[in-house]
Amino acid sequence: MTPWIVKNLWLIPALPILAAGLSALAPQRCRKFSASLAIGSMVVSFLLALCAFAHTLQHGGHGAAKEVFNFEWLRFAAGDAGILKLGWVLDPLTAVMLVMVTFVGTLIFIYSVGYMAHDKNFTRFFTFLSLFAGAMLGVVIANSLLLLFISWELVGLTSYLLIGFWYHKPSAAAAAKKAFITTRIGDVALLLGMVWLYSQTGTLLFYDDGGGCMEKSALAKMVVQATGIGMAVSTGIGLLIFIGAMGKSGQVPLHVWLPDAMEGPTPVSALIHAATMVAAGVFLVARVYPLMAVSDISDAGRLFFSNTSPALQVVTWIGAITAVFAATIAVAQNDIKRILAYSTVSQLGYMMMGLGVGGVAVGMFHLITHAFFKALLFMGAGSVIHGCHDEQDIRRMGWLKKYMPITFLTYAVGMLALAGFPLVFSGFWSKDAILHSAHGWSVSQIPFYLGVAGAFLTAFYMTRQVALVFFGSNRSRRGNEADHSHPTIPPPHVGGYEPHESPLVMTAPLIILAVCAVGLSAIGTPAWPWFQSFLGQHHGEGGFTGEVISLMVLSSVIVFAGLGVGWWLYGRKPIQKADEPDVLENLPLGMHAWFAKKYGVDELYEMTVIRFNAWFARACAFLDEWVWGGVVLLVSSLAVGFGFVSDAFDKFAINLGFDQSCDGVTRGGKLMSRLQDGRVQNYLRIIGVALVVLVLFLIWGGGK
Amino acid sequence: MLAWTIYISFLGVLVLMLLPKGNASAARKVAMLSAVAGLFVAVAGFVQFKVGEIVTVAKLPWIPSLGIEYHLAADGVSLTLVLLTGLAAVGGILFSWNIEHRAKEFFAFYLALIGGVYGVFLSFDLFLLFVFYEIAIIPKYFLIAIWGSTRKEYGAMKLALYSFVGSAMVLVGLIAAYVVSGAHTFNVMELAKYPFPHDFQMWAFPLVFVGFAILAGMWPFHTWAPTGHVAAPTAASMLLAGVVMKLGAYGCLRVAMTLFPQGLENWSFGVVGFHSWRDVIAVFSVIGIVYGAVVALVQKDFKFVIGYSSVSHMGFVLLGLVTLNTIGLSGAVLLMFSHGIIAGLLFAVVGRMVYERTHTRELAVLEGMNLVKAMPFAAATFVIAGMASMGLPGFSGFVAELQVLIGAWKAFPTLAVISGVGIVIGVAYTLRAMQKAFFGEAEKPLTPALSPSDGERETASQDEHHHAMDAISVPERIGAVMLIGVSLLVGLYPRILLDVIVPSFDSPLFDWLRKGGGP
Repeated sequence: MTPWIVKNLWLIPALPILAAGLSALAPQRCRKFSASLAIGSMVVSFLLALCAFAHTLQHGGHGAAKEVFNFEWLRFAAGDAGILKLGWVLDPLTAVMLVMVTFVGTLIFIYSVGYMAHDKNFTRFFTFLSLFAGAMLGVVIANSLLLLFISWELVGLTSYLLIGFWYHKPSAAAAAKKAFITTRIGDVALLLGMVWLYSQTGTLLFYDDGGGCMEKSALAKMVVQATGIGMAVSTGIGLLIFIGAMGKSGQVPLHVWLPDAMEGPTPVSALIHAATMVAAGVFLVARVYPLMAVSDISDAGRLFFSNTSPALQVVTWIGAITAVFAATIAVAQNDIKRILAYSTVSQLGYMMMGLGVGGVAVGMFHLITHAFFKALLFMGAGSVIHGCHDEQDIRRMGWLKKYMPITFLTYAVGMLALAGFPLVFSGFWSKDAILHSAHGWSVSQIPFYLGVAGAFLTAFYMTRQVALVFFGSNRSRRGNEADHSHPTIPPPHVGGYEPHESPLVMTAPLIILAVCAVGLSAIGTPAWPWFQSFLGQHHGEGGFTGEVISLMVLSSVIVFAGLGVGWWLYGRKPIQKADEPDVLENLPLGMHAWFAKKYGVDELYEMTVIRFNAWFARACAFLDEWVWGGVVLLVSSLAVGFGFVSDAFDKFAINLGFDQSCDGVTRGGKLMSRLQDGRVQNYLRIIGVALVVLVLFLIWGGGK
Repeated sequence: MLAWTIYISFLGVLVLMLLPKGNASAARKVAMLSAVAGLFVAVAGFVQFKVGEIVTVAKLPWIPSLGIEYHLAADGVSLTLVLLTGLAAVGGILFSWNIEHRAKEFFAFYLALIGGVYGVFLSFDLFLLFVFYEIAIIPKYFLIAIWGSTRKEYGAMKLALYSFVGSAMVLVGLIAAYVVSGAHTFNVMELAKYPFPHDFQMWAFPLVFVGFAILAGMWPFHTWAPTGHVAAPTAASMLLAGVVMKLGAYGCLRVAMTLFPQGLENWSFGVVGFHSWRDVIAVFSVIGIVYGAVVALVQKDFKFVIGYSSVSHMGFVLLGLVTLNTIGLSGAVLLMFSHGIIAGLLFAVVGRMVYERTHTRELAVLEGMNLVKAMPFAAATFVIAGMASMGLPGFSGFVAELQVLIGAWKAFPTLAVISGVGIVIGVAYTLRAMQKAFFGEAEKPLTPALSPSDGERETASQDEHHHAMDAISVPERIGAVMLIGVSLLVGLYPRILLDVIVPSFDSPLFDWLRKGGGP
């Protein structure tokens, strides 16, 4: 007997989708209707998610309990092998994500009411937002890679629609297109991985009473088979799926879309491009973790899972590189949202690395804590932008803590959590768990050092941002005078502005999230690793062993160093004018320019992939127009030419011959006819001549 | 009963010819009535169909001395395509509701084409099939040559020539089969049982397959398709992409692959990596997928983008056919249905909604019009249809392409990966066309480079130009909603078609294919 909540888990994504459908049909002026519908559906989904969460708690949690509900979707072929099933699963992983997505989602929905209040496409915004929430929840509950993929694509679509929400801005339209195409590259890899998985195992269900593709028999089948290039089939499929996750989660080299995606409205950035959608890639890896981690099989058929399996090594390296790579770029950005965007990319790298070296619980813990404090930071940034009349350049802010105290305080909490300030902030514990696992990784210590470097950079750039935005002096007016001389700063708003605090509907969610950013640290400390054991991935004795404490001390030192250097450079002696050069521009080797240019990855793609593609397309178009078209033209002109030749042959050879013969006959006839033209004198003349000829003939020898 | 789809269409032609001249409104009503009746019959036939059967609809001697019969029958494959034809027919009329110029003749040719298409899908006698096949091509020519635009004579002639070359190849193959079998019949079920000599199949198969595949837009015989689509009036390009290209793919499956399956077997030798006609066709299909997509990426004419996208999608259909496993084959059939619906809708938006209001299809010009403001409905329709076309889950194309990919993965893993590239580019060209056509920058000064025939409109200022556009009419709305609805229905509940299609491949016709085919 399937419990009620498992059977009806589909309601959680279905409600927001239903709300989206209803508000899509509502006319534009029904603003209240569509907002309350969206928020209402999210609240109900949240309550249901809590039920589901309670259910998993009750049934033990600890990763083992996977309750599934599967149903037949279609038949490809006759017999059991041709049936394709979909389904959903309720396990601790799902439950945790459900609660997080619905909770953060609800807060962001409420916040959006304030943020989007002046937008004339208010209802459309909530339609898309609800659709997104539904799709994301679909990803979370899916027990079939196919259902996950379907929701995944829907998530990508809504992300496209929301990034391009202000499509009249060319940058927004371009960013939307870029995001969609870049993630779609990953998605095709995921699709191929899925197709491969299906051909190998005959199912796309994750768990199906032993018959699913994440279960023992299927994994055993895949790990023993080798592909053409030597790696196991499971590794090949795992890597293809991981490319899909890289696209969605902005891992290097597919990260380029995420910073551009900040063109969307800020609640979108908070919900989609910080808390939920970009985490979907991390979640996907967590979901197919058995496939990624399976490394070997014993003769007795026992499967071995390890964090050094080839697929997980790739995950770890990509994650570690992304973490540092994006953090260095964040150091040199001036757009408040772009800093957070690169920070998100970097943190997603941490999560991937956590999954690689430490398992599901480590990566997921950081995912959850990050979701809260990054949503908080984005919404705080939104509040700042809102209060500063759409100003986004941090060089043109300053001293805002006086104008917007609530935003400042909550932002500071988020910033400290992100930076990993010791002991009381959740980010510290989740990041520490990752560093701890990386330290123990048997393959290489380099990811650990990269992680430590990233932690330093994170603390540094967040301090820089907070110092420039909330401390120092207000540069919004002062920058104006210098604008004409400094081309890199966009034109100012007419007459400057007076910053103001945002309304309660925007600050209340900030406060709640700030509380969570602190409170979440309670559930995953080494002293009481509830979260880890809930996800069933906690091995070894917990508690504060000597190693744990020394690492904690190390990472605290790193964080303090980052905070200190940041404050030393930006907080101690605040810049006075918006166009003052950044102190980091003195770094050797033009490093700052590289950071500011984002290492030129966009330009690189522009020069290689895009230019090649355009060239190739033009070549094909040319081919089509001139070569294939040309062949046709050639054939047709040959045909026509042959026609001409035939025609000429007709005219000059056949006809001419015919005509000439005719003429000949006519002429012959005329000649003949002269012989009998009825003139007697001619007859006589001929007779006379003939007579003479005859006589002469006879005289000269005819008579012998 | 299904035979009535054919009769009703030709009855419609007859009634239209009897109508007085110049009465466009009556003409379109008659056409509509006939198309809806045809669709109704198709749906009824679909509902009554017993899964897995081959229903004989009519079987009468026609030319007894040659063993030719008037033999109509249907299995799941033909039924699916009959249903598609019905939908496309109704959709096409909805989107040509505004035809005034020689409306009577227009709809007469239109219905004749539809009747021919129904006939092809229902014929189980190959001679009859060939006759209907030719009947379908001729009205096509006139529809383009008389009511078309942009180099219409060229487009029409190219289409007709390609079609006839294909037909000639098919005809040679059919006659050869008739003579070689000595069975004195054109009945496809009889001929399918006849074991043609292996060597004969080796040349007859490619002959007939390519003959049909020309009409399916197989690379490199595809160039008629984009020019033909562009030249054709809206309804005709909807039918062209929607059903006529399917005639080709259907012929490949029903005739070439059924009669000469051993033609797919390996040769005794290999030529640059090709070991069978199957390899050749698969590679050509995948080239078509990628090639069609990249060419679509750089087109300047909106309709050419859709035209080339059809080439790309038909590549998937042909790839599905040569996978020779049930999953790929049924995917190919489902994709024929799905593409028929979605391509029809895309052509409707481009040809009817946009072109007839703006009188241009130049993406560069449309970019300056910010059409989303002027025609939000068209923009929304194109966004949805574009999403469906790029194979987004929830729409019919996704399931179909997934099946083809799974099938192809089993048969040609490398090619499956390459066709993935085609999917990515599919996203790129759709988004490019979408953003240029509908979401351009409003600030850009409007410089409508109108075609000379519309010169007088050019004087209209920008604002007037916007106001001058008619609102999207009710028939257009109905048509768009109908086609989107069908695509969504099939996408969310694919069993509605798959449960009919899949068992068809168990019939004796496909004995050989089902046994695993070639290698």
